Amino acid sequence: MAQRIAVILLSLICSSLAWGQLEIQVTRGIDNPTSIAIAPFAWDGWGTSPVDFAQIIDSDLARSGQFSPVSRRDMLSLPSSKEDIFYRDWRAIATRYLVIGRVSKGAQLRIDFALHDVERGIELFTGQVIGSESEARMVAHGVADAIYEKLTGIPGAFATRLIYVSVTRNPEGKDFYRLTVADADGRRPIVLLEGRDPILAPSWSPDGREVAYVSFESSRPAIYRQVLATGEREQLTNFQGLNNSPVWSPDGRSMALVLSKDGSPDIYLLDLDTKALTRLTRHYAIDTEPTWMPDGKSILFTSDRGGRPQIYRYELATGKVERVTFEGRYNARARVAEDGRNVALVHQRDGRFHIAVFDLVTERLTVLTETSLDESPSIAPNGSLVIYATKRGDRSVLGAVAVDGGVKFSLPARSGSVQEPAWSPMLSQQ
Amino acid sequence: MTSKNTLGKVAAALLMAALVSACSSNAAKEEAAAQAAAEQAAAEQAAAAEAAAAEQRAMEKEKAMVMAEKREEKRRLMDAASAAGSVFYFDYDSSSLSDDVRAAIDAHVSLMMADSGNVRLEGHTDERGTREYNLALGERRANAVRDYMVASGVPAYRIETISYGEENPVAYGSGESSWKKNRRVEIK
Repeated sequence: MAQRIAVILLSLICSSLAWGQLEIQVTRGIDNPTSIAIAPFAWDGWGTSPVDFAQIIDSDLARSGQFSPVSRRDMLSLPSSKEDIFYRDWRAIATRYLVIGRVSKGAQLRIDFALHDVERGIELFTGQVIGSESEARMVAHGVADAIYEKLTGIPGAFATRLIYVSVTRNPEGKDFYRLTVADADGRRPIVLLEGRDPILAPSWSPDGREVAYVSFESSRPAIYRQVLATGEREQLTNFQGLNNSPVWSPDGRSMALVLSKDGSPDIYLLDLDTKALTRLTRHYAIDTEPTWMPDGKSILFTSDRGGRPQIYRYELATGKVERVTFEGRYNARARVAEDGRNVALVHQRDGRFHIAVFDLVTERLTVLTETSLDESPSIAPNGSLVIYATKRGDRSVLGAVAVDGGVKFSLPARSGSVQEPAWSPMLSQQ
Repeated sequence: MTSKNTLGKVAAALLMAALVSACSSNAAKEEAAAQAAAEQAAAEQAAAAEAAAAEQRAMEKEKAMVMAEKREEKRRLMDAASAAGSVFYFDYDSSSLSDDVRAAIDAHVSLMMADSGNVRLEGHTDERGTREYNLALGERRANAVRDYMVASGVPAYRIETISYGEENPVAYGSGESSWKKNRRVEIK
């Protein structure tokens, strides 16, 4: 299977790249993770390899919690071609699968790799990933995606990005906000916007090329959209009252958002071409935190029209509103997985706020986290993980948990708080 | 004929002289009278001016007293508003105004009715719950204070509201002692 990564070029808007880098710590994996060895990839090109491709793939698979990579120190041989593989070397160190690869550099980087089943002594599959050298890490993530999909049946989401808000506090207690985009492994953070005024509710366009967010930079909240590659941005709303929660429709043509210009917060639809604004909900209660169902036909949102915040569904064709969640006193900030079935949300239980998954089909709610101030869940585009923000001491940190609760890891920043993570969609692959 | 003619001339001259004399005597009298009248008018004017000035002084004095009273009253209102505090606190997930908060807002309303300044109401929440819902909750709190002020007579256009949700805590740390300080509306 040939796979080609069309990478997104991000302009380096800010030079403080080292700042706010996330470090991933797997805190819980599955009970019997599969042993896999990624032998160092051979490099056919001038100079030295720009990155350690095998190491990046190794870290990706380890982060999934489903694999236990073999340490390079334990490897008895370091093959990079089929002829050099001696399966007994790998059986001796109880390796289940082996990945070998070769990177060649022409106009672009090309990785040819192969996955071997050590137990059965056969080559399972070979693949190729191509990308520019400046996106070498993304090319490596593309290999990890292919291996993950081959072994689990689920597409990998390693070659994706995260957007999040980082906050640092100076000694006078003044906060400094940064809107940052980074690879899904927390590396290569790039600051898109920074300043003393709050930045909130970042979200992705369905093609992964743009982000939308709320900024208070004009001393009032306003919604902006910004192109990642060029930094070009546009103010979409700046109404009296709330301007909040922008979320792109799956077809990318419109945006659901929250305005309170007509009294109380309601959900509106903004046509991005005509800029026509349509009011969807009309209630004196708080209606906020819209999120699209993947088919684009309805919107889930939070409302306290029943007295406490619960999730409701708005059907665009009919304007019909129905309540979705009933368990507990507080269910809010829903995000729907690509399968249109799993809904990650914030659920209050015994006065503590946890991340939970609500199954729209069985209507079962499963609490995934044990920490008490969890918020802002965002589901990976392959539906496997939920990334969220939680408190550790005075700081907000990111955590991730498998939708089935089996795997957990945290992504603390080196300094300051990290909040409101939003996982990108699958980035354009052909 | 010549003498008769001369006589006639003399007589005419005498008559003229008499007439002139009579005239000049009248003019002097009139002049004196006019002078007296002018002096009197001047005196009256001076007296009137004096009276007006006195009245002016009295008015100014009175105005100054009124101003001083107003200043005093405003100072008193400002003291009362400042004693009431510029931060109003709320219960968890609530935008209801407690009696204490109403009394505090009353002090600010009295001050606003006495001057023409505008205010900005900033709504805040504690860190619990979701950020976007908290933005709405912060706005609901700011609006509750605004609505109470408007009901008390402050024109709505003099009040601006904004919500920061949980973004600008005054007390850090997780626990009710911090949270209760953060669930607030600040008047600025």
